[in-house]
Amino acid sequence: MTVETLVPFEEALTRYDPVMGLEIHIELNTATKMFCGCPTEFGAEPNTQVCPVCLALPGALPVVNAKAVESAIRMGLALNCEIAQWCRFARKNYFYPDMPKNFQTSQYDEPIAFDGYVDVEVDGETFRIEIERAHMEEDTGKALHVGGSTGRIHGADFSLVDYNRAGIPLIEIVTRTIEVPPEKAPAVARAYVSHVRDLIGGLGVSDVRMDQGSLRADVNLSLKPKGSTTLGTRSETKNVNSFRSVERAVRFEISRHAGILDAGGRVVQETRHFQEDTGTTLSGREKSDADDYRYFPEPDLAPVSPSREWVEELRATLPEPPAVRRARLQADWGFSDLDMRDTIGAGALDLIVATVEAGTTPQAAKKWWLGEMARRANESGHDLDALGITPQQVAEIQGLIDAKRINDKLARSVFDGVIAGEGTPEEVVVSRKLEVVSDDGALGAAVDRAIEGDPDAAAKIRAGNLGVAGALIGAVMKEMRGQADAGRVRELILEKLS
Amino acid sequence: MSEPVTGISREDVVHLAGLARIDLSDAELDHLATELPAILEHVASVQEAAGDDVPAMSHPVPVDNVFREDVVRPSLAPADALAAAPASDQQRFLVPKILGEG
Repeated sequence: MTVETLVPFEEALTRYDPVMGLEIHIELNTATKMFCGCPTEFGAEPNTQVCPVCLALPGALPVVNAKAVESAIRMGLALNCEIAQWCRFARKNYFYPDMPKNFQTSQYDEPIAFDGYVDVEVDGETFRIEIERAHMEEDTGKALHVGGSTGRIHGADFSLVDYNRAGIPLIEIVTRTIEVPPEKAPAVARAYVSHVRDLIGGLGVSDVRMDQGSLRADVNLSLKPKGSTTLGTRSETKNVNSFRSVERAVRFEISRHAGILDAGGRVVQETRHFQEDTGTTLSGREKSDADDYRYFPEPDLAPVSPSREWVEELRATLPEPPAVRRARLQADWGFSDLDMRDTIGAGALDLIVATVEAGTTPQAAKKWWLGEMARRANESGHDLDALGITPQQVAEIQGLIDAKRINDKLARSVFDGVIAGEGTPEEVVVSRKLEVVSDDGALGAAVDRAIEGDPDAAAKIRAGNLGVAGALIGAVMKEMRGQADAGRVRELILEKLS
Repeated sequence: MSEPVTGISREDVVHLAGLARIDLSDAELDHLATELPAILEHVASVQEAAGDDVPAMSHPVPVDNVFREDVVRPSLAPADALAAAPASDQQRFLVPKILGEG
């Protein structure tokens, strides 16, 4: 493997402009697969959700799932696309055992949706991302590579394939080339994926979970020298499993391409795999003859020609557009523009919506998701929705605080426990013995001891200098190991010293 | 889709054989390099019959929108699903190593 020289991101941008293209694959949440009646449960035992159609046994005949077509049209409409009057499926031929048919049923030059756009926001600025197409296809099986030392495809002796996922309806959304102010490129890429996640999630047609693979992003990137209009050779980075990784992948590829071009080299057109741990990309396979897919119309499936009436019916089912929804939520919640920008930037909008729906005030929901949760997400490299804590659990913890059974500090320990899988917030409070002491007798005794231990402070408070009460509150909280309601402690101290 | 193929060279046959993972001898390549163009030429007469006003067909009869409801049907038992596989392990299809052919 050749060692590549990386050019720092900021420096690379002084000489090159990045050109991006993003592909997002979204698994639909239909009950059955795209072309057969097999179920689509995530995490089922291997090869328990397969049949003659998705295993490509001889004589099996696929039939299109009506619900998947409906979902595809609704997605196309939400992406402001035109919906095809008539379109077909096509066979994408390749040899790789993730599809037992030796082809993937997809769409080629006749996608169901095309020529759309979405407007995404970065730091309060709006960028229009044009959608070239959104087409229907099917997901592939999962291969487990056995042998070798790494568990990766390179060096494996053989592979074990589970076809449960093969045939699950997939929609691929392809952007046109994206050219934005160079320094904004990584953030725009991230914002786009996040925006599409929210948009499609709002339609209810997919779980849109990046961590479970129901939303997967590929980042295509090339550089062109400043002032040039000639596009460079692009790389296609796959395996980008979080919003944060989308941003990092763009930054890394800009640095890598710049290093190659600076040295007078040529960028190789290839698939690259993003490495979550290092934030780098590794070469997958070079694009070659193997990518001559010999598409041709699928003879086993009838064309799809959605009537205009059906399309308009489906348009009427779309939720309010994102910009309208955001304005409404901002007004409902009383958030400032900055609050809203932070919320959207963190990908926390829907999490806060769900937390508020579960009974928490918007301010408290914002405090947890943009504070404690954002900090944890940042430290662990996860997106907020992959932390292992749900909006309902956050709401439950806030409920415990409101009921004065725990305080903010103890809540952090409850979060630890819930994320560690120790049970519900209630169970964690009990098992970790986190409940604050609300028994005035026990608290009163601790307050008495604190007053005895610091007569100077006590005297000052008696003389009306309430500013030193903090010292005594601190002493009590220390004795109670944090398990007291600081507000109540303050009240008790002031009562006793009045 | 792609433009109609007007001619097929020996190199094209080598390329196609590679894509289809078919190992052809030199004699077979020579043979196919003359036979495939002849077949295409023969079929090309269809294109003469159909004018520009006749759209390309992918199906012999006009039929659109053949759908099924999104209702689960029983899958195969894993043992049956794997029954025809040359090899299996851990209830999965065992396939030869995927990379390594260049």
